[in-house]
Amino acid sequence: MQVKQPIPKSKLWSWLEEVIDPEIPVLNVVEMGIVRDVVFEGDEVVVKITPTYSGCPAMNAIELEIHKKLRENGVGKFRVVTDFKESWTTDWMTDHAKKKLKEYGIAPPDKTGNEDDFLLGLKSSQKIVPCPYCDSLDTVLQSEFGSTACKSQYYCNECQQPFEHFKCI
Amino acid sequence: MSTLDTIPKTKQESLVEVLLRLGDDRLIHGHRLSEWAGHGPELEEDLALANVALDMIGHASSLYSYAAKLEGKQDEDHYAYFRDDIDFKNIAMLELPRVDFAFTIAKQFLFSAFSYFLYRDLIDTVEDEQFNGMLQKHFKEIKYHLRHSREWVLRLGDGTEESKKRIQSAFNDLWMYTGELFDQDDTEKAAISHNLYVDVTSFKEEWMKLVKETLEEATLDVPDNDQYMFSGARGGRHTEHLGHLLAEMQFLRRSYPDAEWK
Repeated sequence: MQVKQPIPKSKLWSWLEEVIDPEIPVLNVVEMGIVRDVVFEGDEVVVKITPTYSGCPAMNAIELEIHKKLRENGVGKFRVVTDFKESWTTDWMTDHAKKKLKEYGIAPPDKTGNEDDFLLGLKSSQKIVPCPYCDSLDTVLQSEFGSTACKSQYYCNECQQPFEHFKCI
Repeated sequence: MSTLDTIPKTKQESLVEVLLRLGDDRLIHGHRLSEWAGHGPELEEDLALANVALDMIGHASSLYSYAAKLEGKQDEDHYAYFRDDIDFKNIAMLELPRVDFAFTIAKQFLFSAFSYFLYRDLIDTVEDEQFNGMLQKHFKEIKYHLRHSREWVLRLGDGTEESKKRIQSAFNDLWMYTGELFDQDDTEKAAISHNLYVDVTSFKEEWMKLVKETLEEATLDVPDNDQYMFSGARGGRHTEHLGHLLAEMQFLRRSYPDAEWK
């Protein structure tokens, strides 16, 4: 009788690293911090994911991509569950991922904190976001909301280039 | 559970009620905001309102999903598509037609400010891990919504003669629906006893202060609190507008219950 070997976890993680965020095609879902954990429940693989933004329309696509990737690699029994226990933060993004974002032309998020300041009169527009193209600090917020829920819209006065900034949450 | 049923008895019934109250506010508000897609006064605001709408509908979806799990319903769609207006527990302000941009901004600001204080206190109160995790996630986004709408109140109020006129009349018209934000009924009291909700009246002054300071900074008059205040929507007594909204939102799903996106 042939005993089926369990799939090594490192294999599962490396497959998941091949799943790309459809709205930010330079990052995969592991670097983004969307995949929180991979566990075995009996012979079933359970992939725990958490949404970046509540209304992120890409979440559904990401879930389907994970299904596709696991099926392609012959994983028979698996489940993708959405876990809300910890809420996603840009602090989970690796430095490597932030570097890739910048190279792609999106100003990466910096550390979170002091978000309540705006209620005391400090506005977000006073936050300095360096331009991802020329590193100038002479940039201005154009809109709190960009092309996707996770980004805001900035303009660089130095190189006169509009760019997006990944919001810190 | 229908709104006409008696108040929740068990802890789980209370939890479902709270999830649906929060969820209904967000779904109805999100639907109204989504009507702006393609009609925003400028491209950035079109995107902004659509983004906020997505956040709101996303919040509702997670809250409904959790309620569905607790009640053994198939999924969140049950609550969105297969209930009638009398079963919706949202406050009336959120179902009002979108009117103009100023009206939407004023409504967004009043509701975001309320949500900000409500979520802040709920996060300290709710022990349920999944629910609390959702609240923390939503709270981060609510801060953006509040900042965005507050800045627009300032811009419109202290803007042109026309923008000032419009935002002032928006606040005047909306004011009679603000009383309901702080109405407390037996359902809420039951939820409070299980640490699943907070006493909304406890942050009424903070809310009032934030609204008042913002309106004053925007050179607007704060409407008089001493006027008729609408109440009862959480208990199923809605304005006529909710029925029209639901007719549009639910029509496809009810006509073709098994329809799927292919």
